[in-house]
Amino acid sequence: MAELLNVRGLETQFRTREGLVHAVNGVDFSLKEGETLGIVGESGCGKSVTVMSMLRLIPSPPGKVVAGQAFYQGKDLLKMSDEEIRHIRGSQISMIFQDPMTSFNPVLTIGRQVAEPLEIHQGMNRKQAYERVTEMLELVGIPKAKDRLGDYPHQFSGGMRQRVMIAMSLVCNPSILIADEPTTALDVTIQAQIIELAKELRDKLGMAMIWITHDLGVIAGLADRMAVMYGGLIIETAPVKSLYATPSHPYTLGLINSLPRLDMDQYHRLESIDGLPPILMEKPVSCPFAPRCTFVRERCLQENPPLLESAPDHYTACWVDPATGRDRS
Amino acid sequence: MGRYLIRRILYMLVVILVVSFITFSLMHAVPGGPFDKEKKLPAEIIANLEKRYHLDQPLWKQYLSYLNDVFVPQFASEGPKGLVVDDDFLINIKITNSFWIRWMNFGPTFTSRSRSVNDIFRQNLPISVQLGLMALMIAIVIGVPLGIISALKQNTVWDYLGMSVAIFGVSVPVIVLGPLMIWIFGVTLKWLPPTGWGSKPPYFLGVFPTNLSWDYWRTAIMPSVALGLGSSAILARLTRASLLQVIREDYIRTARAKGVKERMVITRHALKNSLIPVVTILGPMMAGLVTGTFVTELTFGIPGMGKYFVTSITNRDYPVIMGTILLYAVFLVIANLLVDIMYAYLDPRIRYD
Repeated sequence: MAELLNVRGLETQFRTREGLVHAVNGVDFSLKEGETLGIVGESGCGKSVTVMSMLRLIPSPPGKVVAGQAFYQGKDLLKMSDEEIRHIRGSQISMIFQDPMTSFNPVLTIGRQVAEPLEIHQGMNRKQAYERVTEMLELVGIPKAKDRLGDYPHQFSGGMRQRVMIAMSLVCNPSILIADEPTTALDVTIQAQIIELAKELRDKLGMAMIWITHDLGVIAGLADRMAVMYGGLIIETAPVKSLYATPSHPYTLGLINSLPRLDMDQYHRLESIDGLPPILMEKPVSCPFAPRCTFVRERCLQENPPLLESAPDHYTACWVDPATGRDRS
Repeated sequence: MGRYLIRRILYMLVVILVVSFITFSLMHAVPGGPFDKEKKLPAEIIANLEKRYHLDQPLWKQYLSYLNDVFVPQFASEGPKGLVVDDDFLINIKITNSFWIRWMNFGPTFTSRSRSVNDIFRQNLPISVQLGLMALMIAIVIGVPLGIISALKQNTVWDYLGMSVAIFGVSVPVIVLGPLMIWIFGVTLKWLPPTGWGSKPPYFLGVFPTNLSWDYWRTAIMPSVALGLGSSAILARLTRASLLQVIREDYIRTARAKGVKERMVITRHALKNSLIPVVTILGPMMAGLVTGTFVTELTFGIPGMGKYFVTSITNRDYPVIMGTILLYAVFLVIANLLVDIMYAYLDPRIRYD
């Protein structure tokens, strides 16, 4: 499979009243055609900022992408003109957002909002666009789609709105769909439906996906590959099976151990990770996870470990191998 | 919507009645009367005057007869008879030659034997309405774009410039700005007439000038700008704050993520949402501007309604007090109804039924 997206050394900072916040500190990843990449990590670890930086959707000021490249089909998204990137957004790379309640414009009809990418990128008129929109809404499972084009967002339930959001992002047949915690604001049962829908559409339409979440359980059945982020860095990335079977970063291990499992006995206590996520006021020079890590060494406090191949196609940024407790050579 | 409107209009009538009752009670509760002069009039003359204006009757009777004169349409066999004060109705509808429906007799004024409150409404109110509407237009035309520019160019020179103008507009009152403008443009440069108003009755629809010549606009420019600038500043600040909030909303990010042009993000996605709070303030603002503004009219020597709000109270001119307050109340409730209708148009989440 050909490489679709290649992000190298992405760094994003925010100027705040308290000082400069280093939200993303050199992230590398790539995405192949049709592949699904899951990005997991706790709140504030830079997951959303990473993808928003890539599409240049970071509000500036206060945000700024200070370094890095993001090659999409051989072109650097970060160096394009505003007009070029605008033509990519919504047509080739599109995005769905966390909160379907606030992500729609309350004063425009669903039909108009979903049709907008078609009118912008494919020059369709309203009538042509509405036909395609109806098709798309039917595809994502909106009953009586044709009659609902004139409805406003508040007339839809949360789950239905997220379906509409998915329809809106896929209406131009993008090659990459970025989903920024699309199920976080939904009921658990609706979450499952939305994930099922995403899977179904991916298989049908064949686009690549970047699925951001803080829920390891959600992503397991969906992603081909996983990237775990911490402190604005990717600290482990591997194919999904390999990551769950042999987590090789203490943080990933901690995340997996904090999940309840069906095969646990009822007296098993879930483990938690002590401490708080780092405050990114300075660019980390040591391992950002070191203060919370049970395997911490002298070296961890002096040198930030690079992302290195710890097993075939399995990359980890840690000086220690948590499986054995020994230093990696 | 139809049923909603009918309900709202009924509520409006209730509000007006309550306002009339409170005003009536308050003005009679205030010590003094319309015929108290520095040099005391003989008791017999006061008694005669009070009798002529029915002030000798018990208050409840006065109030009910006032309500009857103003609110209840009367049927008459003939129409208005030229200059009359006692029997002067604002609205006269001719059904046949000998059958008229006559409505709204606001009564005489105590300060002028030959004028009625209706004369004030016919001659002075239209001027105030013209001035107020023009000031409102200026407020909107200056204020809203100024707010939009300031918000879009937040924390740049344009923003600071726009907001400086707004602060200036809010903090420099007409009583300073008016004479300053008169001195510069009227007296020194002689571009515009320093005082006066260029329209005379008859008025189109009882309100609008029939002769729209340059002479009319010349007289209108300065007072409209002086009056509108303060309101434009309020609108500019409100628009800026509201738009700044809206462009941080998630749906604006969604629009950008769809590849919508930046100009369209603002015009299609942000503007309508940000105007909702601006429309709210437009109602009371309009009511305040069109019913006459004391200082502006006084400064520019405009024969509008504004002075009657003030002089009627010091003179205890009861029918004028009642008339002006009721007029203001009517404008206010109508303006608020218009605002609510605008809401439904701007925000689909608001539906009246």
